[in-house]
Amino acid sequence: MKLSDDEKAMLSGEAGPAVKWAIEHQLQVGRMFDAEEMVQVSQAHMMADPESLGEAGVSFTETLATDGARVRIPMITDPRGVDLSCYAPIGQNEDMANLERRFVAACQEMGIMMTNTCINYQTIMPPVFGDHVAYGDTGVVIYSNSVCGARSNFEGGPSALAAGLTGRTPRYGLHLDAHRQATRRYRVTMTPQDLMEWGVLGATIGRKAGSYWEVPVIEGIEAAPTSDQLKHFGAAMASYGSIPLFHIVGITPECHALADVGGGPLNITVIDQNATAALKQPFNARGEAVDVVVFAAPQLSLVEMGQLASLCNGRQRADSTDVIVCTSSQVYSDAATMGYVNAIESFGGRVLVGTCFYQQYAREIGEANGWVRLLSNSAKIVNILGGYGYQPALAPMEACIASAEKGEIVS
Amino acid sequence: MTTELRCHVGIGPIVEGIALVADDNFSARYDLDRLKGVFSRPQHKLYGQSYQDMILVLNTAKGGVATAWMLYEMTSRQIAPKAILLNQANTILAQGAALANLTMLDRFTDGNVTQLIKTGEHLRVIPDQGKVIITG
Repeated sequence: MKLSDDEKAMLSGEAGPAVKWAIEHQLQVGRMFDAEEMVQVSQAHMMADPESLGEAGVSFTETLATDGARVRIPMITDPRGVDLSCYAPIGQNEDMANLERRFVAACQEMGIMMTNTCINYQTIMPPVFGDHVAYGDTGVVIYSNSVCGARSNFEGGPSALAAGLTGRTPRYGLHLDAHRQATRRYRVTMTPQDLMEWGVLGATIGRKAGSYWEVPVIEGIEAAPTSDQLKHFGAAMASYGSIPLFHIVGITPECHALADVGGGPLNITVIDQNATAALKQPFNARGEAVDVVVFAAPQLSLVEMGQLASLCNGRQRADSTDVIVCTSSQVYSDAATMGYVNAIESFGGRVLVGTCFYQQYAREIGEANGWVRLLSNSAKIVNILGGYGYQPALAPMEACIASAEKGEIVS
Repeated sequence: MTTELRCHVGIGPIVEGIALVADDNFSARYDLDRLKGVFSRPQHKLYGQSYQDMILVLNTAKGGVATAWMLYEMTSRQIAPKAILLNQANTILAQGAALANLTMLDRFTDGNVTQLIKTGEHLRVIPDQGKVIITG
């Protein structure tokens, strides 16, 4: 790879051992994807929950901080794994909390802003069109690429941290215009009616496209979806297909017309009600008792918190069914002011701040609470949690609340 | 008799081991019980099988970014595969392999690697030459 004088200095160790590690890591990854040079990035966003990190990842990060690592660009964090104001009640232990505390301390020492959110594009500082960034969390990346027109690969925690320390990332994948052209073409003949259905549609396309290196272009969505709808759509597409970018003709900024992304010659795959119903079918558990209802993945926006609160008003969950809601601290404070948090808690729900359910030692908290049958309106989370020992089911937000009230899945 | 497969230059050290193959995708978060070292997702074609010290041969990546840290965490406890061979890696798997010093290769020139290699075959994997030798 061609390196600038600054980058050569980093590689020689002039900026300290942490930066030397960072650029060596980036060069190793860049070589695998044939990057020819580095590109400067304006922000980094790091996923790093303690379950993923383990003792090894936390120690690694502490060593970097001790070695004097300091981020060069604004760097923020994905949801944490432990809400330190509420962990024992959901079955997390002191070892988990201590790992979390150590990691947070190391991040703060490096100058990382602990925003703890996967909806930074709704709450912190959305990237702008053409902005090169180094984001983690697949939902963040796909939204930022597709809806904002930013340029980011999926940057896992170590690589996002490396980008924060060097202020750049290898120029490969979605930092190159050639990789942003459509490779798969889908024509949608149904209109999603709620957030769950937007997630299911995204999941259906993601599963069909099925590779990080495929770029779907989608026709047939006539009206501009809301930010929350595209959030669920993108997060599910990324989850089921490892997809980092999509285009919607006439909606997303790189695709005013099909020709803009080279979609014309591509064969058309029709996505109809049958296709989305097939994806949803394994998550149908109508009539079964439900242990926990989860609203998360992605964290809820203020608008979603308001919708949830209005469904909760004047109702009470069944004793046998727990309700967990995950949002960011930025949203939480507004939601508290608006009375949304109180409405959810009066229903019997628990609002966790700065975390996301599947990043919270999902297996351990499931075992601690006896949660097996899980219901959510997130197509993403039901895809993830099967491997953690849950039996996940999917329903719209209204049906999730009605199910929590009855203790049984109602649709 | 040996068979030599060529692929893109990869990451990690030269390793030898036994192949565990499936025409399926991979995520450390979605698919594994990392404490037990087994595939735990019921829908995965390797469900219930141990991946410890095996050379995994799979199609591509699925899902999220957690695998990058998880590969490092798994190798630190030595309950990890020896190598991962894929038709196509995504960025996360490559980044995780780089941090963990775990051998990873992809983009095989001879076709679908999940068909070129069979479970139980003995492999020698040479990342810096983009080469996998089936030795038996």
